[in-house]
Amino acid sequence: MLRDQDRIFTNIYGLKDKSLKGAMARGHWDGTKQLLEKGRDWIINEVKASGLRGRGGAGFPTGLKWSFMPKESDGRPHYLVVNADESEPGTCKDRDIMRHDPHTLIEGCVIASFAMGAHHAFIYVRGEFMREREALQAAIDECYDYGLLGKNNKLGYDIDIVVHHGAGAYICGEETALLESLEGKKGQPRLKPPFPANMGLYGCPTTVNNVESIAVTPTILRRGASWYTSFGRPNNHGTKLYSISGHVNRPCTVEDAMSITFQELIETHCGGIRGGWDNLLAVIPGGSSVPCVPGAQMKDAIMDYDGLRELGSGLGTAAVIVMDKSTDIVKAIWRLAAFYKHESCGQCTPCREGTGWMMRVMERMVKGNAQKREIDMLFDVSKQIEGHTICALGDAAAWPIQGLIRHFRPEMEKRIDQYTHKAMAHGAVLEAAE
Amino acid sequence: MAKLKVDGKEIEVPDHFTLLQACEEAGAEVPRFCFHERLSVAGNCRMCLVEVKGGPPKPAASCAMGVRDLRPGPNGEPPEVFTTTPMVKKAREGVMEFLLINHPLDCPICDQGGECDLQDQAMAFGIDSSRYQENKRAVEDKYIGPLVKTIMNRCIHCTRCVRFTTEVAGISELGLIGRGEDAEITTYLEQAMTSELQGNVVDLCPVGALTSKPFAFTARPWELNKTESIDVMDAVGSAIRVDTRGREVMRVLPRVNEEINEEWISDKTRYIWDGLKTQRLDRPYVRKDGRLQPASWAEAFGAIKAAVAGKPGDRIGAIAGDLASVEEMYALRELMSALGSANIDCRQDGTALHPSFGRASYLFNPTIVGIEQADALLIVGANPRVEAAVLNARIRKRWRMDGFPIGLIGEQAELRYGYEYLGAGPDSLAELVAGNGKFAETLKNAKNPMIIVGQGALAREDGLAVLANVVKLAEAVGAIGADWNGLGILHTAAARVGGLDLGFVPGEGGKTAAEMLTGTDVLFLLGADEMDFANKSAFTVYIGSHGDNAAHLADVILPGATYTEKSGTWVNTEGRVQQGNRAGFAPGEAREDWAILRALSDVLGKKLPFDSLAQLRSRLYAAHPHFAGVDEIAPADSAELAALSKKGGKMTKSGFASPVKDFYLTNPIARASAVMAECSALARNNFKAAAE
Repeated sequence: MLRDQDRIFTNIYGLKDKSLKGAMARGHWDGTKQLLEKGRDWIINEVKASGLRGRGGAGFPTGLKWSFMPKESDGRPHYLVVNADESEPGTCKDRDIMRHDPHTLIEGCVIASFAMGAHHAFIYVRGEFMREREALQAAIDECYDYGLLGKNNKLGYDIDIVVHHGAGAYICGEETALLESLEGKKGQPRLKPPFPANMGLYGCPTTVNNVESIAVTPTILRRGASWYTSFGRPNNHGTKLYSISGHVNRPCTVEDAMSITFQELIETHCGGIRGGWDNLLAVIPGGSSVPCVPGAQMKDAIMDYDGLRELGSGLGTAAVIVMDKSTDIVKAIWRLAAFYKHESCGQCTPCREGTGWMMRVMERMVKGNAQKREIDMLFDVSKQIEGHTICALGDAAAWPIQGLIRHFRPEMEKRIDQYTHKAMAHGAVLEAAE
Repeated sequence: MAKLKVDGKEIEVPDHFTLLQACEEAGAEVPRFCFHERLSVAGNCRMCLVEVKGGPPKPAASCAMGVRDLRPGPNGEPPEVFTTTPMVKKAREGVMEFLLINHPLDCPICDQGGECDLQDQAMAFGIDSSRYQENKRAVEDKYIGPLVKTIMNRCIHCTRCVRFTTEVAGISELGLIGRGEDAEITTYLEQAMTSELQGNVVDLCPVGALTSKPFAFTARPWELNKTESIDVMDAVGSAIRVDTRGREVMRVLPRVNEEINEEWISDKTRYIWDGLKTQRLDRPYVRKDGRLQPASWAEAFGAIKAAVAGKPGDRIGAIAGDLASVEEMYALRELMSALGSANIDCRQDGTALHPSFGRASYLFNPTIVGIEQADALLIVGANPRVEAAVLNARIRKRWRMDGFPIGLIGEQAELRYGYEYLGAGPDSLAELVAGNGKFAETLKNAKNPMIIVGQGALAREDGLAVLANVVKLAEAVGAIGADWNGLGILHTAAARVGGLDLGFVPGEGGKTAAEMLTGTDVLFLLGADEMDFANKSAFTVYIGSHGDNAAHLADVILPGATYTEKSGTWVNTEGRVQQGNRAGFAPGEAREDWAILRALSDVLGKKLPFDSLAQLRSRLYAAHPHFAGVDEIAPADSAELAALSKKGGKMTKSGFASPVKDFYLTNPIARASAVMAECSALARNNFKAAAE
C-alpha cells in the first residue's frame, strides 16, 4: 500500500483545507519558480524519465507528447488544453481532483505551459460538472489574487488559465472534438494528421492532456523522476488514481501505486468483493470502453497498462467496474452499447450506423430473442467498426461487445435457448401468412 | 515530388497530393462519397479506405491523408499503398453494408436511379446481401425550397451539400443537426435556401436524398438524349448539357468547364426548362383589325413586304435581343444593309459600350480564371450575384483564399463575401480616380488589381463618362499593363459581346435602339423584349420564341427557336466564342431564326447569299475570323483603352443601380417558366413560404 508521504493527491477526499493556503501547507506550489528556472528541456526530460504515461486512457507517454511541440514559435501562439471532460462511465478521478485538490492541476498547468512555451491554458470542463467548475474557478481566482497567474506574476512566466464549460457530450472528451468544441463549433473529431501538436486549437500548436497527467507533474518534478519510477513495473511507473465502483463493499477513488494486483487493490481499499471472491463475475478494469475480464482471471491481474493488455483488456482510466454474480452481464453490456449509440457524433459512417445496429442486436440478446449465428455476426459487425472510424469512439463501442462475446458466449447462448424453449412452452401457435 | 508505390506500381506525384489522388494517378480506382475535388475534405464516409504499409494496422482514409504524411520504409524505399488487399476489400464491404442498413433501397422509385453513386459503388464494392434484421431509420423530409426535393431517408450524411452551400455558395443555411444515428441535414427553420446556386446540391448529392423538384418523376436518365451546349441565361456562358426526350427538354445539367463555370451553374440556367414549353410562338401571326391572328408564313411575309415597300432605308430599323446568336444577328445585319439601313442596335439597355472604342473596352479582360490571380477588386455598378451568379462564386472562391480586398461602388447588396462599401455613384468613383481614400491605395499597391464594371454604371446617360473614368482609374492603379488587363466589363446579356463583335450598332447616321422605337416606320425585333415598347410608333416585326412583351405589341410575329433548338454561336462576357448545339426542334411551325431571315430576304427581293448554316458561317468567318476560334478568346488590344480615357463628358450625381431587378425573370424564357415565377415570388417575399 502506498505510504501517505508518497501520495500526490493529499486532499482527494476534500477533508482538508482546499484553499491556496491549505494547498501550500501540504507542499503544493513549493518552489515552482525554481522548477521553471531549470528550463524547458529539463522539465520535459524529467517527465520523460519519470515514465509518466497519459492518464486519460490511451497511455501515451506524456513527456514524449510534450516534446512534439515546436521548440520555437513560428509566430503562432502555443496552447495547452486540459481535458477535464471526464465522461467515461465508471471514471470519477478528475472530478475529485478538480473539486478537492484543484491546485495540483493549476500548478501543473503552469509547469506544462512553460514546458511547451504556451501562455494560455484552457481547461475544458465537462458540462455536467457544475460544482467542479466552480471549485476550480475559485482556486484559479485565488491564484490570480495571490499573483501566481496572469501577467507579470511571481513565477516570472506569463500564463493565463481559462476554464471552459462544455455542454455535456461524451465525444468532446476526444482531443480534436474537444478542440472543435472549444472553438465554438460542433464537437466532431477532426481528421488526423495534422495532429494537434502542429495544427490544434485555432490552427496553432496545441497539446491536450488529461487532468491527472497534468496534476501529477509538479510533484514528480519536485521529488524527482527516480522517486516516481520507484513505483510500478518498468514501462508502467508511478502512482495512479483508481476509481472503483460496483459490487465492492466500499466503492472509492483512491491513489495507489501502479502494478499492484487487483486483489490487493480491492482488499486494501474497498473492503473486498460483495459476497466474497467466489461471487465475482466480471470486471471492467479501465472504464466502459475496455473489454470486460472474467472474475477468475482478474483476481491476480496486475493493474497496469501491460498487465491488463495481456488479459485482452486495458488499464484505460483505471476506472474499475466490479460486477458480482447478481449482474446480468449481457444487459450490462447492452447498456454500454446504448450509451455509445447515444454518444456517437454521427460524423463517420461505421460508428453512426454500427453503434445503433449493435445496440439493437444486443437488445434482443438480453432477452435471448436471437439466433446463435447472430452472435458471430455481432462480433463481425464490431470488427467492421473497429479501426475504420475517424476517432476512437468506434473502437470503444466495439470492445465491450467483443469482450462479452469472447468471455460470456455460453451465457448468451443459454439465453437464446431459454427464450426458444419458453416460446415453445406456451404452445406454439402456427399462423398462416396472409 | 513524392515517390510512392500503389499496388506495386511506382509513381511520382506532387507533394500536395492526397493518397486518393495518387491512387487515381496510378490507375487504381478508389470509391468515395464525401470527397469532392472542389470542396473541403470531410473524411466521414470512410469509403475510400486504403492500406498503408508500415502504418498502424488499420486502413487509412485516402482522401484525407497526404502523400507527404507517408513514411518511407526502413531502408528508404518508397512508401507503399494498397487498394486491393483483403483488408481494404473487407473495409469497403463493411462501410458499404453500414451505409445500406439505413438506406431505404427504394431505387425503383428514386429519381437518382441510374446515376447514383451509392447504386454504382454498391454493385462494384459491396456484398450481395444484408445481415441487418432490425427496423430501418425513418427521417422526415424537409422543405428546403421549390428547387430541391428532399427524401431524407436516403441521406448518407456525406455533408457535401453542407460544404457546398457554406463554402461555394456562401450561405450558412444548410447544416447537420443532431448526432449519431439521429443526425439530419436540414435548414432547421425549413425555409427555402436563398442561394442562386442551390441547384448544384442536386448534382453533388451522391444518393437520391436531394433531387431536382421540378424534374421529379418525369424521366429516367438512361432514356434521355444528352446534348452538350452553352447557357444563355447570363453572359457567363456556362457549359451545360441539355437532356431531351423526343423533342422535349427534360432538364439542364452543368458540364465541366474549368475556364468558366467549373462545374456549377445557376438556378436560372438549371431550372429554366419549363419556360421552353410555355408561351411559345408556334406559328406566324399577323395583326388584322387590331388583333393578332394566326397566319401562314406566306401571309406573314406578305404583310412585311407590304410594310417595307417604298420605305427608305433610314425609316427601317432592327434591334437584336439579349439571347440572339451571332449567326442570326449576322443575317439580320446583312439584310438591313441590303435594305439600305444603318439603323441596327444590339444594346436594348442603351449601354455606352461601342466597338469603335476597341474590343478591350467591352470585354471582361482579366477573364474568369483570372479572378483567381487578382489581388484587389473594385466593383462598380454591378451586383455580380444576380448578374452572373457563377462568376460571383469565382470571386467568392478567390476571397476565401484570403488577401483579397473588395470595394463596391453602387447598390449595397449581399454578395456572399465581405466588401468595403465605397459609395453609391459617380462621386465615389471620382474620389477614387482622384486617388483619395484608403481603397485607392489598396488598388495601387495590388499587383493585379481588378475592376469589374456592370451595366448599371454604363447603361445610363453618362455611361460613357463613367466608362472613361473607370479606364482612367484602371490606368492610374496599374490595372492595364502588358501582361495583365484588370478591366472587366460585366455583361448581363448573352448576345451582347457577340453583337458588339459583329458591329451590330448604328452605322453612319443610324439611330440607336431607343430612337428607333419612334423614329422608324418598320422595326424588326430579333427577340428583343427588354425595352419599353409602350410609345413605339413603327410597324413592328417580332422574330422570337415567346409571347412576351414585344410580341403583344407586334404587327407581325415570326416564330423563332430558343437556344436549345438551334445551333448558334455566343460570345461570353470574356470574349470567349462558344457554340451551342441543337438539342431538339422548335415547336409547330417555328423555325431557326437565321433561316427565317434568309426566307424573308428572298420575299423582300434582297436574297441573302447563303442557303445553309454552314454557308452562313463560312461568310461570317470570312468577315470576322475570330468567330471561328471556338472556345477561345481572341486577344483584345489594351492599348486602345488609352484613347477612351480621354473621352466622355460629365458624370451625373445619381447612384448606380443593377439592371437585374429580379434574378429569376430576366428574359422571355424565364418569364414563361412557372418554376422561375415561384422562385421570384419567394424571393420577393423574403423566402418565407406559407406553411402547408
